[in-house]
Amino acid sequence: MHPTGVIEVNGVTKRYGTRVAVDDLSFTVSPGAVTGFLGPNGAGKSTTMRMIVGLDRPTAGEVLVNGRHYAEHAAPLREVGALLEAKAVHTGRSAYHHLLAMALTHGIPRRRVEEVIDLVGLQEVARKRVGGFSLGMGQRLGVAAALLGDPATLILDEPVNGLDPEGVRWIRTLLRSLAAEGRTVFVSSHLMSEMALTADHLIVIGKGRLIANASVAEVTAIGRSVRVRAQEAARLRDLLVGPDVTVDAVEPGVLQVNGLDSSAIGRVACEHSIALDELTPITASLEEAFMDLTKDAVEFREAS
Amino acid sequence: MTAVTSKPVVRRAEMPDNVRVTLPRVLRSEWSKFWSLRSSYFTLGGMVLAMVGLGGLFSAVTANRYPLMTHVEQLRLDPAQVSLRGYAIAQLVIGVLGVLVVTGEYGTGMIRSSLVGAPRRWPVLVAKAAVFAVITLVVTEIAAFAAFFVGQAFLDGQHIGTTLGADGVLRAVVGTGLYLTVVGLIGTGIGFVIRSTAGSVATVFGLLLVLPVLGEALPSDWGDKINPYLPSNAGQQLLVVHPDAAATLSPWGGFAVFCGYALAALLIGGYLLRRRDA
Repeated sequence: MHPTGVIEVNGVTKRYGTRVAVDDLSFTVSPGAVTGFLGPNGAGKSTTMRMIVGLDRPTAGEVLVNGRHYAEHAAPLREVGALLEAKAVHTGRSAYHHLLAMALTHGIPRRRVEEVIDLVGLQEVARKRVGGFSLGMGQRLGVAAALLGDPATLILDEPVNGLDPEGVRWIRTLLRSLAAEGRTVFVSSHLMSEMALTADHLIVIGKGRLIANASVAEVTAIGRSVRVRAQEAARLRDLLVGPDVTVDAVEPGVLQVNGLDSSAIGRVACEHSIALDELTPITASLEEAFMDLTKDAVEFREAS
Repeated sequence: MTAVTSKPVVRRAEMPDNVRVTLPRVLRSEWSKFWSLRSSYFTLGGMVLAMVGLGGLFSAVTANRYPLMTHVEQLRLDPAQVSLRGYAIAQLVIGVLGVLVVTGEYGTGMIRSSLVGAPRRWPVLVAKAAVFAVITLVVTEIAAFAAFFVGQAFLDGQHIGTTLGADGVLRAVVGTGLYLTVVGLIGTGIGFVIRSTAGSVATVFGLLLVLPVLGEALPSDWGDKINPYLPSNAGQQLLVVHPDAAATLSPWGGFAVFCGYALAALLIGGYLLRRRDA
């Protein structure tokens, strides 16, 4: 029976000296979907990923993979395959021997080493020393290492870094197919546009704290608003405002409404016989939603 | 760059059932790692060259100068030690290799792959130390015997050579390999403690070469008690062909103390490896 790869992050805090990298973070990543892990630089994404595979120890809380700490699994490479942001390869060794050394710790057959080399397209350079690899080739080797144990869970820290457009498309397809096979795929990125194409679900963090844990559609909805132009803007404004609805007067006679869609606004206007001159739904891009969500988290600490 | 096609991932049906981490497998992995770096061959080759080349050179020069030596010098001449003198350089090479086995991984980031592959961490240290010790012991013993025979061949020209059967000689030859191996293991332990190549190398040679010099500066009533126990002083007792009966530590006693230092370095390294973030 193959493990089902659920990642559970339970109340995790990580301090480096006095600096808090991750602050009481909790979330769960489920199989069968690509989960994007987003946040500005320094938000704690890499630290969280390192804690999942036991490289860093949480100051408080715990991280479980399939119900256990990573190190407690008999065959950790079968549970989790990780591509971490920082390079994790001896530059003097060939790609083949790097993968072989990792495979030998688990008794993974050599045939699988050849398989993952083919899979990432490194056949021609597999016997060359890694020191001469381009950034993109290094990323492909990292992906090969992550896939080596044919793991139930994949953790990839900024996998598209340094890849050419073809490589980016390849990663995207690979991640989608891995998730379609029922695996847990957890991918960090600072590129919202990339996540919009790849991810089903998003976990957004800033300053080490959880900002959002929602589907891509839900995160996009955060920035959704409607622009309304009417002669009787002031009267309409009073009618629309509610507990979950905010209305801003952006210019005389023009309102920006958050929390109601255009048909609901149209209905209210009709009931009260208010003539509308314009009713335009404005869909923020994922990028804008992200900026909105994280703007507090990127403020310079010196300012606070 | 190779063109990449998106093939479906090969499913897990093809993976054997017994895939899991075991110490013998981590040993096999470390063995493969050692021999897949060019620097391993260069370093071991350099060590053999230092032992045999310098041993031969010292022996040839000694044989050449022998007729011109004073009678006292001739009596003091220890042909076995002359041929093994290359150990002084060889220990630098092996010490660096022992350090690099560890710090080469920290410097490149490879350690993260090693620890993700064997996340309990102790097996990584045990396997590294064991693989390094076995390979180094075999190669340093070969080098020590080769240096001895090459050196004696030169010295025999003046009929001043010795044989393995002579008192204390076999112990000194075998002991040279053992001493060098333990120097390397001290390097491995310190590598895990300090993690940077420069810092570790400086520390190893500070312990081996600088401490005895500082020990000389101690007042003699202190120095006599402390100096025999300093790492290299203790370890090099094993290289002495005719030990002084009044010496604080016997050849094997001194070597045991030296091994204690290596064990201490490895234990501290292992403790820190378990505790620290990688």
